[in-house]
Amino acid sequence: MDILTFMQQMVNGFSLGSMYALIAIGYTMVYGVLRLINFAHGDIMMVGAFLGYALMTTFELSFPVAVLLSVILSALLGMLMDKIAYKPLREAPKISLLITAIGISFFLENAFTVFGGGTPRPFPVPDYMEKIFDVSGVIFSVASIMVPVVTLILLLGILYVLYRTKYGMAIRALSFDIKTVNLMGIDGNKIIALVFGLGSALAAVGGLFWAVNYPSVEPMMGVLVGLKAFAAAVVGGIGSVTGAVIGGFIIGFTEVVVIAFWPEMGGYKDAFAFVFLILVLLFKPTGIMGEDLEKGRF
Amino acid sequence: MMNDAIFTRDRLINLALIVTTIWFIWFAQHFFDEYTIRIINNVAIFIILAVSYNLINGITGQFSLEPNGFIAIGAYVTAILTVDAEGMLYQYDIEDPYPWILALQSNFGWALFFSGTISALLALSLAFPVFRVRGDYLAIVTLGFGFIIRILAINSPEITNGSLGINDIPEFSNLYWTGGMAIFTVIAILNIIYSKYGRAMKAVRDDEDAATAMGINTFKIKTMAFTTSAFFEGIGGGLLAALLTSISPDLFTFFLTFQLLIIIVLGGLGSTTGAILGTIFVMAGLEYMRFLDEPMSLFGFETEGTPGMRMVVFSLILILVMLFAREGLMGKKELKDLFKKKKVNK
Repeated sequence: MDILTFMQQMVNGFSLGSMYALIAIGYTMVYGVLRLINFAHGDIMMVGAFLGYALMTTFELSFPVAVLLSVILSALLGMLMDKIAYKPLREAPKISLLITAIGISFFLENAFTVFGGGTPRPFPVPDYMEKIFDVSGVIFSVASIMVPVVTLILLLGILYVLYRTKYGMAIRALSFDIKTVNLMGIDGNKIIALVFGLGSALAAVGGLFWAVNYPSVEPMMGVLVGLKAFAAAVVGGIGSVTGAVIGGFIIGFTEVVVIAFWPEMGGYKDAFAFVFLILVLLFKPTGIMGEDLEKGRF
Repeated sequence: MMNDAIFTRDRLINLALIVTTIWFIWFAQHFFDEYTIRIINNVAIFIILAVSYNLINGITGQFSLEPNGFIAIGAYVTAILTVDAEGMLYQYDIEDPYPWILALQSNFGWALFFSGTISALLALSLAFPVFRVRGDYLAIVTLGFGFIIRILAINSPEITNGSLGINDIPEFSNLYWTGGMAIFTVIAILNIIYSKYGRAMKAVRDDEDAATAMGINTFKIKTMAFTTSAFFEGIGGGLLAALLTSISPDLFTFFLTFQLLIIIVLGGLGSTTGAILGTIFVMAGLEYMRFLDEPMSLFGFETEGTPGMRMVVFSLILILVMLFAREGLMGKKELKDLFKKKKVNK
């Protein structure tokens, strides 16, 4: 493989990895606070992409406005999901929470299939996102640069919120002990809603990037991506936001590089993340950045 | 002790139930029409699946989403073992089957046994990494497993005939097989539940730390529950393949798992009786709710046929049951617990 192809694959890997990373952050934050695998998270990503699509086609809004609106709406949907389905079950056995989560995931997928149609729809990517640069043979599109850059900015933003603000302190405290946090005069439920809102907003950004890169949206797009993003969160160390980003990049790069080297493995590309997940659980269950599972997170 | 007597009350009730069920199977086989027999066959297979799924989810309390994966394994193993070489060469259009695939032949009984065994071995290899950590990851690993099995089935046409699937599987499944296996499964699972292992499983569910403190090897118990449930799901898959006579990767989607989840949640997580009742209700409900997927007129509006509507309704039911009636029909009670209560009330 010559250096040009290699660089090209690096660009693709960065782009794919960023999208996994954005979605993995939501998984890792919710898991850190509630110890819940939020199965519906991948579907929030789908909803984000769908809202962007609907806002751009039906309401004919421009791309930036549609992105902003769909991110806000997705964040609200995440909070609503928490309020309706997870909040009443805070004291229930964990299995009830997990069952509700899978119920919501299945509900979102099928509701969008029924009301939006199951066939993939072409996503109206604005022309300036598809503009292509040729830097001495390596081909960049605006989107493939924008995705990693925006991911990094958002990661820094999230880290700032977590470590430099009162809200972040409350989130980190929640991951240690919810009851004590409530005793300190902090409304734990509000903070959990905030976590869901932040995670869902990031997932929506990921979904919109996905829709721009593979220009189509369909109701089931969140399932496999969600699974891989969760694998990324575990690889990075569940509970750690930085770890989620690292895990996302690892999974994204592996997928791109393996297919570049062995194109005949293309059919199995969706299985890599899963193999990674099993290997990490076998050899280093805490992941790269993770700490002991029983201690606090973040 | 009272249990010294051979015919205790509980045993008589059990015996009566078994005899009635066998009589019902015989009666149905001889007097019911083909459509009804098919539904009863389906119900029997789903009882096998639901009761064994309940062992890991309800009794051991480890949330798992494995059934569709293991049902697929079981179905493919039975299909490969029972379709003869000639039929395979005729069907496998994408790639020629491997010679060893052609050589593998057995009768239906052994095919079912191997379906179960291979599923159980796979479950063992999944359980090892997952339960070494804690149960949390089981759900996502098993969810992924279901997808991987599908990807593998599509991408290895030499074994599974790819996305075309295997057709013309000899129709071995009849009421004696499905009903008989259902009875066998229920008895086997109940025996596990009432053994010391079953009590350990319940202890793991109720408080894992306390169970560890009492000297229970939780890793072993969880692995055992998961492997056992995979074994019976594999058998159920084999029966399903021999009932449907043709299988393809698209048959074993997540919807299958979701159906079973609804069944055990409605019936009451942790109750075998509940799983059986849930199966009957949900299977009847699925048949009845077919109208939802068809075009209909509602308050004067004509709606088009919407194929996903049943699933939307089902997922709403699941969420609502979890939010407002977490116990389901039976809670954690079994049939005999209901009898006991009456006795106390007198």
